[in-house]
Amino acid sequence: MTESLLPLTFLLPLAGTLLLAFSAGRLGERSVVWVGTGSIALAALVTASLGAAFILGEQSPQTVNLYTWIAVGDFTPGVSLTLDALSLTMLSVITGVGFLIHWFAGWYMRGEEGMTRFYTYMNLFVFSMVLLVLADNLLLLFLGWEGVGLCSYLLIGYYYHNDSNGGAAMKAFIVTRIGDVFLAVGLFLLFAQFGTLNIAELLTRANEAWSVGEPLAQLTALLILGGALGKSAQLPLHTWLADAMAGPTPVSALIHAATMVTAGVYLIARLHGIFELAPAVLYLVGVIGALTLLMAGFAALAQTDIKRVLAYSTMSQIGYMFLALGVGAYSAGIFHLVTHAFFKALLFLAAGAVIVCCHHEQDIRRLGGLRRRLPLAYLSFVVGGAALAALPLVTAGFYSKDEILWQALAAEQQGLLVAGLLGSLLTGLYTLRLIVGIFHGKPNSEAAKKAKAGRGLQHTVPLVVLAVLSTLLGAWLRPDLSAIFPAAPGADAHSGHTAVQLIASATAIAGILVGAWLFLTQGPKLARLVAGGVGGFFWRWWHRAFGFDGLYDRVLVRPFLTVVCGLRRDWLDAFCGLAGQLALALHAGLSRSQNGQLRHYAAATVVGATLILAVLVMLGYE
Amino acid sequence: MNGIPMEHGLMVAAALFAIGLAGLMFRRNLMFVLMSLEIMLNAAGLAFIVGSTAWAEPDGQVMYLMVITLAAAEASVALALVLQIYRRFKSLDVDVVSQLRG
Repeated sequence: MTESLLPLTFLLPLAGTLLLAFSAGRLGERSVVWVGTGSIALAALVTASLGAAFILGEQSPQTVNLYTWIAVGDFTPGVSLTLDALSLTMLSVITGVGFLIHWFAGWYMRGEEGMTRFYTYMNLFVFSMVLLVLADNLLLLFLGWEGVGLCSYLLIGYYYHNDSNGGAAMKAFIVTRIGDVFLAVGLFLLFAQFGTLNIAELLTRANEAWSVGEPLAQLTALLILGGALGKSAQLPLHTWLADAMAGPTPVSALIHAATMVTAGVYLIARLHGIFELAPAVLYLVGVIGALTLLMAGFAALAQTDIKRVLAYSTMSQIGYMFLALGVGAYSAGIFHLVTHAFFKALLFLAAGAVIVCCHHEQDIRRLGGLRRRLPLAYLSFVVGGAALAALPLVTAGFYSKDEILWQALAAEQQGLLVAGLLGSLLTGLYTLRLIVGIFHGKPNSEAAKKAKAGRGLQHTVPLVVLAVLSTLLGAWLRPDLSAIFPAAPGADAHSGHTAVQLIASATAIAGILVGAWLFLTQGPKLARLVAGGVGGFFWRWWHRAFGFDGLYDRVLVRPFLTVVCGLRRDWLDAFCGLAGQLALALHAGLSRSQNGQLRHYAAATVVGATLILAVLVMLGYE
Repeated sequence: MNGIPMEHGLMVAAALFAIGLAGLMFRRNLMFVLMSLEIMLNAAGLAFIVGSTAWAEPDGQVMYLMVITLAAAEASVALALVLQIYRRFKSLDVDVVSQLRG
């Protein structure tokens, strides 16, 4: 059954894309929503039945070979899909959460221009993402990897009438492309070494050929890590994610929170065999994760746009996943990926609900006091925020984050553990700041005063379902990945687990309580603090996310532009352009002779004929 | 031929051709341009006749028959075009009809 059903998971979204793309605007808005959401709903149903069959069956990985894509000598990458516990987990997140977001988008995007375009790109995204996680060889994975990058670009620039949105889209595309170049070189290296790109074969052969710490293994792992950093918006390739919030909010929920940005985590988890051979790089993964989660945590504290707060919080949570990967707790990283997909999608959709209800007002300072007007959005924010801040026992986020921190301790990475704890304190603070800013206090603008709550199943059901999944119930969906990954460092140690749990809970609660006290009661004092002096300096520094954008602009973008402008008129170019100039001059002369005057033509014919005759006579033909 | 030397015949033909050519190049009225063309055709025909008489070959005469047939066909087409041009431009000035330019 798997053989016939598995291809449907990507063929259905593809069918949706093609149907919408070729409808060329002939479908009405309702039909577009039906087609766009329906294809993902069917894919989710297929995934559910596949999952049921997998869990009830023998749970061994199954490969379905559809056809050989390229055949060059021994190199025959096929369009073949592998279903194992890891790809099934990812597939469920993509189609399940993806379906809810598609459904909600029908409400969010109502009456917007270009609905067909929106759903075409969204379905194309799901198609590419499904290929990415199901691919059994790295070439097909790379196809999906680039496909999701393309859809991300297209959807960030969805409101293309605004120049800055186009700029944000290009930034996202170019920055992730930098990572992708590293990934591509990594793939070339693997192919040159082993002559195959099949993931399972690669991992076996790498294990046989390379010893632990082999320089080539380190280099390969480093290159693959480069790709993952770009896609998952980790330091130093993280600058694009905050700007990517220019796209519609469901896009931010689906692509820039739940699925695409976690592709880097998936990639490292999938190729963990190579990273195991390069312990130094694996440690680097953890360090980058820790640095990113702290950096993004501070930056999230000082943002004024709802979506930018959520964007930095996404970076920070992906930082936790990288931290987990870095200490070898792959399963914990993937678990956090799943719970994060639930609660971050919930937060983004709730933010979308607030934004639509307040006529696209996204500035926290201009919202406020919305908890009575938008009760469902408030509830969603509270549940999602609690999961984000890892409120102990009742939320899904607690179980996954606690697992990560515990594994960090078990791997004896105290530094990473401290970073994680500090991060969870920051998470509590910025979550409270966001919720208090939007829902408490007085409304600070006309839009917030007149906000009307959304209605209808399209609006309500996705929020409620995601809210339920963000609680304890979501943590029960923990996938069993023990067959795929090596045992985590804390698999058979238990000393200190309770201590970590208690400390983590205490930090999370402390963050939440301090946040509540600060933002609910000390608002005016805080405002004075950030207005000038040291507080103002830190506020501005964090607001610009530690100034990475300015730094890259000065160090990379402007020098590049200077060189490009200088090269525009170099002598080599001028020399190469000579042929073109000559052709242009000749063209101008000949086109002037075509003046339409019949008598000129006759005269020219006479002169020409006379010349030819004269030449013939002179040469002696008689 | 009654003693007219071939050179004389050819010179008349050449003179006729030159007159026609000059008319083609310097006249602006389309009717005169057409007439010049006819003169040039007939000059060429005359050269054929002179040649065929001088060498006592019938080919030149056959050629001349073909030339006048062609000339008649050409004249009918050209006159039809002239009519159309006159209708459209209300003029027979060949310089006015210069829209087909690069």
